[in-house]
Amino acid sequence: MAYSPHTEADHERMLAAIGVGSVEDLFTDIPEAVRTTRFDLPSPLTEMEVRAELSRIAGRNALPTVSFLGAGAYRHLVPAVVNEVIGRSEFATAYTPYQPEVSQGTLQSIYEFQSLICELTGMEVASASHYDGATATAEAALMACRLTRRDRVAVSSAVNPQTRRVLQTYCSGPGIEVVEVPADLAEGGSGLTPASTAADALDGTVACLVVQQPNFFGGIEPMRELAEAAHAAGAQLVAVVEPTSLAVLAAPGDYGADIVAAEGQPLGIPLSFGGPYVGLMAARMASVRQMPGRLVGATRDAAGRKGYVLTLQAREQHIRREKAASNICTNQALCALAATAYLTAVGPDGLREVAELSMTQARHLAAALESAGVGERRFSAPYFAEVVLRIPDAARRHAALAERGILAGHLLEREYPQLRDTLLLATTELTTDAHVAAVVAGLEAVR
Amino acid sequence: MYPDDLRYSKDHEWVRADGATATIGITSFAADELGDIVFVELPEVGSRVEQFGTLGVIESVKAVSDLYAPVGGEVSEVNEALRDRPELLNGDPFGEGWIARIAVDDAAQLDSLLDASAYAELTGR
Repeated sequence: MAYSPHTEADHERMLAAIGVGSVEDLFTDIPEAVRTTRFDLPSPLTEMEVRAELSRIAGRNALPTVSFLGAGAYRHLVPAVVNEVIGRSEFATAYTPYQPEVSQGTLQSIYEFQSLICELTGMEVASASHYDGATATAEAALMACRLTRRDRVAVSSAVNPQTRRVLQTYCSGPGIEVVEVPADLAEGGSGLTPASTAADALDGTVACLVVQQPNFFGGIEPMRELAEAAHAAGAQLVAVVEPTSLAVLAAPGDYGADIVAAEGQPLGIPLSFGGPYVGLMAARMASVRQMPGRLVGATRDAAGRKGYVLTLQAREQHIRREKAASNICTNQALCALAATAYLTAVGPDGLREVAELSMTQARHLAAALESAGVGERRFSAPYFAEVVLRIPDAARRHAALAERGILAGHLLEREYPQLRDTLLLATTELTTDAHVAAVVAGLEAVR
Repeated sequence: MYPDDLRYSKDHEWVRADGATATIGITSFAADELGDIVFVELPEVGSRVEQFGTLGVIESVKAVSDLYAPVGGEVSEVNEALRDRPELLNGDPFGEGWIARIAVDDAAQLDSLLDASAYAELTGR
């Protein structure tokens, strides 16, 4: 089959058919002022010249040699087998195929992904993935509204601020009110979401309580009490979790979470300017018909052989249009496959090691900064692998260290004005003792 | 062909009026057209519905359809058996496969519905 764009003759025939004189005439609705017809572009270059120019621009990227930046995205070791699996031509597609049942291998990989997420979260059913953790969280809140037939959502201020902004965007269309449950950020406070504060915000109109575990500050939230507070008001508990932490913390299914959402990036997906990432979502089977997104099921064919299908498609937009569980969700099949390969490669013991090493280095870092007299822990609650330190003149020192190739975490005062002079520092199994020494020495030097 | 003591909507629901309470379901014609029914989303007891408003959803192996209320009022009871046995809608649509009972707001709404012979004419059966 020839693949050729329209010819001049095709253009003429199409324009004649719709009675328009020229292609330009199709754009007359756009104001003249913004219809730029000339661009100030440099003269054409050869391929060699373009490569050289792009390399020069790329060379200006300042890659840090030491990084404690987390705040929702984490640098972990990606075993070589992950890229080997996702690079296979049978799998290298960004999306679930549209003639799905002919692609049994793809469906099987998604089914295994769902099974792993169920095992990790202790939930009964997981979707085939979402765009990212923030949209999965927003979809979870909308799902809770459908399940409870309520139209308000309570969210802890200790949920990642970017996630909360996406949640706000998703709720603004259907007119769902988002109310904030303030975490205890006072001097000497826990940095957690008190269950009593959550209970005050909950009543018969609130569909769900959205809390993050560990929270944005790395703190370990009292999830069981928060779940009880939500359930006492007839609301759902939406738990936003960090997947590697589930190797050491209680599974959401065990503390009463109704819907689980997560950013799956830590599971074998590299940091790359914010994406592509992958959203995880899991829920109880009783709620499955309100769950958005694709779902792969295992079944048997007419000859009794095991096979995989897209199941419960009546929830989906290609069957029910405006009454679908969601018309604005997508999936990340390739990143979900990376997560599947990662979890399979490291196994339960490996994931536990990742979590424990990450936690150990966070404690090492906090102790080193405190004993050097550089900073002190801002919150009192137990934490996972990310810790908030009060460091005098934090913004200036943070900037000075960045100049030296050291990212000293995330400045919290941007999103939390009351947390001036605090840094949120993340550690993973890739954090070495030398990294810790470098950031301590760096912060001391720019004092 | 269709029970004489019922009234029918053009959307293929039936109503059995008993004083101020109406029992509703879908017709044998609707059940046959939908094929094997696998799930019924029932309304909540105590919820209110307008005449011809959406009362629930019926999912079969080949289609998903909204269930409309042939009369308006407050849902007083739902057929819990359908949660585990949605196939009752195929097997006994006018009996065991009833869907909900509604405390009717306005009995005159029943007059706007079809009788058995008019419904038979509509469906051609």
